[in-house]
Amino acid sequence: MNYQTPLARARGLGSARQGSHHWWRQRVTAIALFPLTFWLAISVVSLPNASYQDVVVWVMAPWNTILLLSFIILGFFHATLGLQIIIEDYVHTDWLKIVTILGAKIVLAFLALAAVFATLRIVFVG
Amino acid sequence: MNKRPLSPHLQIYRLPLTAVMSITHRITGVFLVAGMILLVVCLMAVADGIDQYGAVQSFLRSAPGRIFLWVWIYALFFHLCHGVRHLIWDTGHGFERATLDRYAYLEVVASVALTTMVFFSMFLNW
Repeated sequence: MNYQTPLARARGLGSARQGSHHWWRQRVTAIALFPLTFWLAISVVSLPNASYQDVVVWVMAPWNTILLLSFIILGFFHATLGLQIIIEDYVHTDWLKIVTILGAKIVLAFLALAAVFATLRIVFVG
Repeated sequence: MNKRPLSPHLQIYRLPLTAVMSITHRITGVFLVAGMILLVVCLMAVADGIDQYGAVQSFLRSAPGRIFLWVWIYALFFHLCHGVRHLIWDTGHGFERATLDRYAYLEVVASVALTTMVFFSMFLNW
Protein backbone atom coordinates (compact mmCIF):
# COMPACT_ATOMS: atom_id res chain seq x y z
CA MET A 1 0.00 0.00 0.00
CA ASN A 2 1.19 3.49 -0.80
CA TYR A 3 0.85 5.97 2.06
CA GLN A 4 2.35 8.88 0.15
CA THR A 5 0.17 11.84 -0.73
CA PRO A 6 0.30 12.99 -4.36
CA LEU A 7 2.12 16.14 -3.17
CA ALA A 8 4.85 14.12 -1.45
CA ARG A 9 5.14 12.01 -4.57
CA ALA A 10 5.50 15.09 -6.77
CA ARG A 11 8.17 16.54 -4.47
CA GLY A 12 10.12 13.34 -4.11
CA LEU A 13 9.70 10.69 -6.72
CA GLY A 14 7.89 12.15 -9.66
CA SER A 15 4.69 13.57 -10.97
CA ALA A 16 1.36 13.89 -9.18
CA ARG A 17 -0.19 12.19 -12.25
CA GLN A 18 -2.22 15.27 -13.16
CA GLY A 19 -0.20 16.44 -16.16
CA SER A 20 -1.92 14.49 -18.91
CA HIS A 21 -5.30 15.70 -17.68
CA HIS A 22 -4.16 19.32 -18.04
CA TRP A 23 -2.73 18.56 -21.49
CA TRP A 24 -5.92 16.84 -22.63
CA ARG A 25 -8.21 19.63 -21.41
CA GLN A 26 -6.06 22.18 -23.24
CA ARG A 27 -6.51 20.21 -26.49
CA VAL A 28 -10.25 19.71 -26.04
CA THR A 29 -10.87 23.42 -25.36
CA ALA A 30 -8.59 24.33 -28.30
CA ILE A 31 -10.62 22.20 -30.72
CA ALA A 32 -13.91 23.55 -29.37
CA LEU A 33 -12.64 27.14 -29.69
CA PHE A 34 -11.56 26.64 -33.34
CA PRO A 35 -14.99 27.30 -34.97
CA LEU A 36 -15.95 29.84 -32.29
CA THR A 37 -12.87 31.92 -33.15
CA PHE A 38 -14.12 32.59 -36.70
CA TRP A 39 -17.58 33.53 -35.46
CA LEU A 40 -16.20 35.87 -32.79
CA ALA A 41 -13.65 37.55 -35.09
CA ILE A 42 -16.30 38.28 -37.73
CA SER A 43 -18.64 39.60 -35.01
CA VAL A 44 -16.34 41.87 -32.99
CA VAL A 45 -14.83 43.78 -35.91
CA SER A 46 -18.10 45.64 -36.43
CA LEU A 47 -18.22 46.66 -32.76
CA PRO A 48 -16.62 50.12 -33.25
CA ASN A 49 -19.43 51.04 -35.67
CA ALA A 50 -22.32 49.32 -33.87
CA SER A 51 -24.89 51.31 -31.93
CA TYR A 52 -25.93 50.33 -28.40
CA GLN A 53 -29.17 48.90 -29.80
CA ASP A 54 -27.25 46.87 -32.44
CA VAL A 55 -25.11 45.24 -29.75
CA VAL A 56 -28.07 44.43 -27.51
CA VAL A 57 -30.00 42.90 -30.42
CA TRP A 58 -26.90 40.91 -31.41
CA VAL A 59 -26.31 39.51 -27.89
CA MET A 60 -30.01 38.67 -27.52
CA ALA A 61 -30.19 36.59 -30.71
CA PRO A 62 -30.43 33.03 -29.32
CA TRP A 63 -27.55 31.53 -31.31
CA ASN A 64 -25.31 34.45 -30.50
CA THR A 65 -26.11 34.14 -26.78
CA ILE A 66 -25.17 30.47 -26.63
CA LEU A 67 -22.07 30.89 -28.81
CA LEU A 68 -20.96 33.89 -26.73
CA LEU A 69 -21.40 31.98 -23.46
CA SER A 70 -19.51 29.02 -24.98
CA PHE A 71 -16.67 31.28 -26.09
CA ILE A 72 -16.45 32.96 -22.67
CA ILE A 73 -16.36 29.69 -20.71
CA LEU A 74 -14.04 27.80 -23.08
CA GLY A 75 -11.86 30.84 -23.76
CA PHE A 76 -11.22 31.61 -20.12
CA PHE A 77 -10.68 27.92 -19.34
CA HIS A 78 -8.16 27.62 -22.20
CA ALA A 79 -6.49 30.88 -21.11
CA THR A 80 -6.14 29.61 -17.52
CA LEU A 81 -4.51 26.37 -18.71
CA GLY A 82 -2.14 28.26 -21.00
CA LEU A 83 -1.14 30.91 -18.46
CA GLN A 84 -0.44 28.17 -15.92
CA ILE A 85 2.08 26.55 -18.30
CA ILE A 86 3.78 29.88 -18.98
CA ILE A 87 4.03 30.66 -15.25
CA GLU A 88 5.36 27.17 -14.49
CA ASP A 89 8.01 27.58 -17.21
CA TYR A 90 9.28 31.04 -16.25
CA VAL A 91 8.68 31.47 -12.50
CA HIS A 92 11.10 29.27 -10.59
CA THR A 93 10.60 30.46 -6.99
CA ASP A 94 8.18 27.92 -5.51
CA TRP A 95 6.02 30.18 -3.37
CA LEU A 96 5.88 32.88 -6.06
CA LYS A 97 4.92 30.31 -8.69
CA ILE A 98 2.06 28.98 -6.57
CA VAL A 99 0.82 32.47 -5.67
CA THR A 100 0.96 33.60 -9.32
CA ILE A 101 -0.89 30.54 -10.62
CA LEU A 102 -3.57 30.80 -7.92
CA GLY A 103 -3.89 34.53 -8.57
CA ALA A 104 -4.24 34.02 -12.33
CA LYS A 105 -6.87 31.33 -11.82
CA ILE A 106 -8.90 33.42 -9.38
CA VAL A 107 -8.78 36.57 -11.54
CA LEU A 108 -9.70 34.71 -14.74
CA ALA A 109 -12.53 32.82 -13.01
CA PHE A 110 -13.85 36.15 -11.70
CA LEU A 111 -13.68 37.72 -15.19
CA ALA A 112 -15.44 34.70 -16.73
CA LEU A 113 -18.19 35.00 -14.14
CA ALA A 114 -18.53 38.73 -14.84
CA ALA A 115 -18.80 38.09 -18.60
CA VAL A 116 -21.43 35.36 -18.14
CA PHE A 117 -23.38 37.57 -15.74
CA ALA A 118 -23.26 40.56 -18.12
CA THR A 119 -24.40 38.42 -21.06
CA LEU A 120 -27.34 36.97 -19.13
CA ARG A 121 -28.27 40.40 -17.84
CA ILE A 122 -28.32 41.81 -21.38
CA VAL A 123 -30.50 38.88 -22.52
CA PHE A 124 -32.98 38.79 -19.65
CA VAL A 125 -33.05 42.41 -18.44
CA GLY A 126 -32.11 44.18 -21.70
CA MET B 1 22.60 28.56 -7.67
CA ASN B 2 24.49 25.32 -7.96
CA LYS B 3 27.90 25.12 -9.57
CA ARG B 4 27.18 22.48 -12.14
CA PRO B 5 28.10 23.39 -15.71
CA LEU B 6 25.39 25.10 -17.75
CA SER B 7 24.54 24.62 -21.40
CA PRO B 8 25.11 27.73 -23.56
CA HIS B 9 22.57 30.44 -22.87
CA LEU B 10 19.66 31.29 -25.13
CA GLN B 11 21.37 34.44 -26.46
CA ILE B 12 24.20 32.36 -27.97
CA TYR B 13 21.92 30.65 -30.47
CA ARG B 14 20.33 32.11 -33.56
CA LEU B 15 16.74 31.13 -32.90
CA PRO B 16 15.37 28.71 -35.49
CA LEU B 17 12.09 29.75 -37.11
CA THR B 18 10.18 27.10 -35.13
CA ALA B 19 11.41 28.66 -31.88
CA VAL B 20 10.34 32.14 -33.03
CA MET B 21 6.89 30.75 -33.86
CA SER B 22 6.75 29.01 -30.48
CA ILE B 23 7.50 32.14 -28.44
CA THR B 24 5.11 34.17 -30.64
CA HIS B 25 2.43 31.57 -29.84
CA ARG B 26 2.95 32.27 -26.14
CA ILE B 27 3.08 36.06 -26.56
CA THR B 28 -0.12 36.05 -28.65
CA GLY B 29 -1.73 33.80 -26.02
CA VAL B 30 -1.01 36.31 -23.26
CA PHE B 31 -2.12 39.19 -25.49
CA LEU B 32 -5.40 37.39 -26.23
CA VAL B 33 -6.11 37.43 -22.48
CA ALA B 34 -5.84 41.25 -22.61
CA GLY B 35 -8.51 41.18 -25.33
CA MET B 36 -10.67 38.89 -23.19
CA ILE B 37 -10.50 41.52 -20.43
CA LEU B 38 -11.68 44.13 -22.95
CA LEU B 39 -14.51 41.76 -23.96
CA VAL B 40 -15.61 41.56 -20.31
CA VAL B 41 -15.42 45.38 -20.01
CA CYS B 42 -17.54 45.69 -23.19
CA LEU B 43 -20.21 43.25 -22.01
CA MET B 44 -20.38 44.83 -18.55
CA ALA B 45 -20.73 48.27 -20.18
CA VAL B 46 -23.57 47.08 -22.42
CA ALA B 47 -25.27 45.46 -19.41
CA ASP B 48 -24.82 48.74 -17.52
CA GLY B 49 -26.49 50.96 -20.10
CA ILE B 50 -26.10 53.18 -23.13
CA ASP B 51 -23.84 55.79 -21.48
CA GLN B 52 -21.32 53.24 -20.25
CA TYR B 53 -21.29 51.54 -23.65
CA GLY B 54 -20.64 54.92 -25.26
CA ALA B 55 -17.48 55.36 -23.19
CA VAL B 56 -16.14 51.94 -24.20
CA GLN B 57 -17.11 52.51 -27.83
CA SER B 58 -15.29 55.83 -27.97
CA PHE B 59 -12.13 53.92 -27.02
CA LEU B 60 -12.83 51.29 -29.69
CA ARG B 61 -13.29 54.05 -32.29
CA SER B 62 -10.07 55.84 -31.36
CA ALA B 63 -6.84 55.03 -33.20
CA PRO B 64 -5.33 53.06 -30.27
CA GLY B 65 -8.61 51.17 -29.89
CA ARG B 66 -8.76 50.22 -33.59
CA ILE B 67 -5.09 49.20 -33.60
CA PHE B 68 -5.66 47.07 -30.48
CA LEU B 69 -8.70 45.41 -32.07
CA TRP B 70 -6.89 44.49 -35.30
CA VAL B 71 -3.71 43.34 -33.57
CA TRP B 72 -5.98 41.22 -31.39
CA ILE B 73 -7.72 39.71 -34.44
CA TYR B 74 -4.34 38.90 -36.00
CA ALA B 75 -3.08 37.40 -32.70
CA LEU B 76 -6.26 35.31 -32.59
CA PHE B 77 -5.60 33.83 -36.02
CA PHE B 78 -1.88 33.37 -35.43
CA HIS B 79 -2.67 31.49 -32.23
CA LEU B 80 -5.32 29.46 -34.07
CA CYS B 81 -2.97 28.53 -36.94
CA HIS B 82 -0.05 27.58 -34.69
CA GLY B 83 -2.51 25.76 -32.41
CA VAL B 84 -3.63 23.63 -35.37
CA ARG B 85 0.02 22.81 -35.96
CA HIS B 86 0.37 21.72 -32.34
CA LEU B 87 -2.63 19.43 -32.82
CA ILE B 88 -0.95 17.95 -35.93
CA TRP B 89 2.29 17.52 -33.96
CA ASP B 90 0.27 15.75 -31.23
CA THR B 91 -0.64 13.04 -33.76
CA GLY B 92 3.08 12.42 -34.33
CA HIS B 93 3.19 14.01 -37.78
CA GLY B 94 4.91 17.12 -39.12
CA PHE B 95 8.31 16.81 -37.46
CA GLU B 96 10.30 16.31 -40.68
CA ARG B 97 13.16 18.77 -40.74
CA ALA B 98 12.68 19.65 -44.41
CA THR B 99 9.07 20.77 -43.92
CA LEU B 100 9.40 22.64 -40.59
CA ASP B 101 10.09 26.07 -42.08
CA ARG B 102 7.62 25.61 -44.92
CA TYR B 103 4.79 24.98 -42.45
CA ALA B 104 5.89 27.98 -40.39
CA TYR B 105 5.63 30.25 -43.44
CA LEU B 106 2.28 28.66 -44.26
CA GLU B 107 1.02 29.60 -40.78
CA VAL B 108 2.05 33.24 -41.24
CA VAL B 109 0.43 33.42 -44.69
CA ALA B 110 -2.75 31.72 -43.42
CA SER B 111 -3.09 34.02 -40.40
CA VAL B 112 -2.61 37.14 -42.58
CA ALA B 113 -5.12 35.76 -45.12
CA LEU B 114 -7.72 35.03 -42.42
CA THR B 115 -7.30 38.51 -40.91
CA THR B 116 -7.74 40.02 -44.41
CA MET B 117 -10.87 37.93 -44.99
CA VAL B 118 -12.35 39.11 -41.70
CA PHE B 119 -11.54 42.69 -42.73
CA PHE B 120 -13.47 42.28 -46.00
CA SER B 121 -16.32 40.49 -44.20
CA MET B 122 -17.12 43.89 -42.65
CA PHE B 123 -18.34 45.11 -46.04
CA LEU B 124 -20.76 42.21 -46.57
CA ASN B 125 -24.40 42.41 -45.57
CA TRP B 126 -25.15 39.30 -43.51
